[in-house]
Amino acid sequence: MAQILGMVTSSHVPSIGNAIAKNIQQNEYWGPFFDGFKPIHLWLKEHKPDVAVVFYNDHGLNFFLDNIPTFALGADHQYLNEDEGWGIPTLPAFKGDANLSWSIIEGLVQRDFDVASCQKMKVDHAFTLPLKLLWPDEASCPVITIPICINTVQFPLPSASRCYQLGKAVGEIIQSIDSDLKFLILGTGGLSHQLDGQRAGFINRKFDQEFMQSMVTHPAWATQFTNHQLIEHVGTQGIELIMWLAARAALGGEVKCVSSTYHVPISNTAGGIMLLEHLN
Amino acid sequence: MRPKEIFGTTLFDGGQAQKGYPLNKMCFSFNALDNRQDFKSDEAKYMKRFELTAAQAQAVRSRNILALLEQGGNIYYLAKFAGILGLDVQDLGALQTGMTREAFCSKLLAAGKA
Repeated sequence: MAQILGMVTSSHVPSIGNAIAKNIQQNEYWGPFFDGFKPIHLWLKEHKPDVAVVFYNDHGLNFFLDNIPTFALGADHQYLNEDEGWGIPTLPAFKGDANLSWSIIEGLVQRDFDVASCQKMKVDHAFTLPLKLLWPDEASCPVITIPICINTVQFPLPSASRCYQLGKAVGEIIQSIDSDLKFLILGTGGLSHQLDGQRAGFINRKFDQEFMQSMVTHPAWATQFTNHQLIEHVGTQGIELIMWLAARAALGGEVKCVSSTYHVPISNTAGGIMLLEHLN
Repeated sequence: MRPKEIFGTTLFDGGQAQKGYPLNKMCFSFNALDNRQDFKSDEAKYMKRFELTAAQAQAVRSRNILALLEQGGNIYYLAKFAGILGLDVQDLGALQTGMTREAFCSKLLAAGKA
């Protein structure tokens, strides 16, 4: 049966792409964030996943307001990155496996998650940059990818609890796939930040750190909050932490923290990075 | 019961999404370089093509971020408009909070140490 090796969660901001394009990953501003990936690079070399399932949110590259699915899965043999409006250099196409995606779509719908399926899906910085951060020296992403996009653009958003349940279902489905593929789960977004309104620049270090700790010890901790409460705690875009919850639930079980980094700010965002693996 | 309001925060809900549709549609078009150039060469004509309301067009002309939000703009789409103006999210933060860019950036740095 397919196996889940671990989970990486990371913040995503477009300016990470800018930092890569300008080759300033090691300057004073960016160094502490990019360094957070060094232990993950070693772990990836050792564990060599075949597939990355990526929980992320689109920011208006693939989806416009004419069609906003709450949960959407890509089911293509490749996913293209395109200009999101700022002319930042794009990354090469990401490999997919449509049949594998359909296995997960079928499993989810059987479990009452009525997801949208996308045979064509453009992937934005929330998907591409964390993968690039994992494999910075590879010309293109070396693993098969499965994008799972969760709406954080237009309210109502799915609850933290619902995202956790979705992730749990994805984890169960992966582990029922008759294959020797090794999976890595990614959850991208957060941590606390708010881009819009007079509250722009809001950061909540204390909550972020409690949340990161909960990923290890009490993974469902943040599901006690409504989205409104989460926004009070982490800002309107900080709600992206629901990606972390989905990823953590997909990993499941007892875990240990292989590495953890928290650095503020990256752009307007509190940058968080974690790598978790099963205890046994 | 509706939850209490959060200071300085307007959630982009169904009401805002309806109100802001033309404005956001225009901003979505800025993903393409050709469209960004078309906008720059004739803003009024470009806005007309997307049927922005008078209030939305005024908010675009005045580069007023809070007014753009008020008119149903969604920050993810507005960020593409900001890019055309050469503004990043620190500039947007400063504009919305009435701070200088330097003060806004200092506030972010301080949040990392708090």
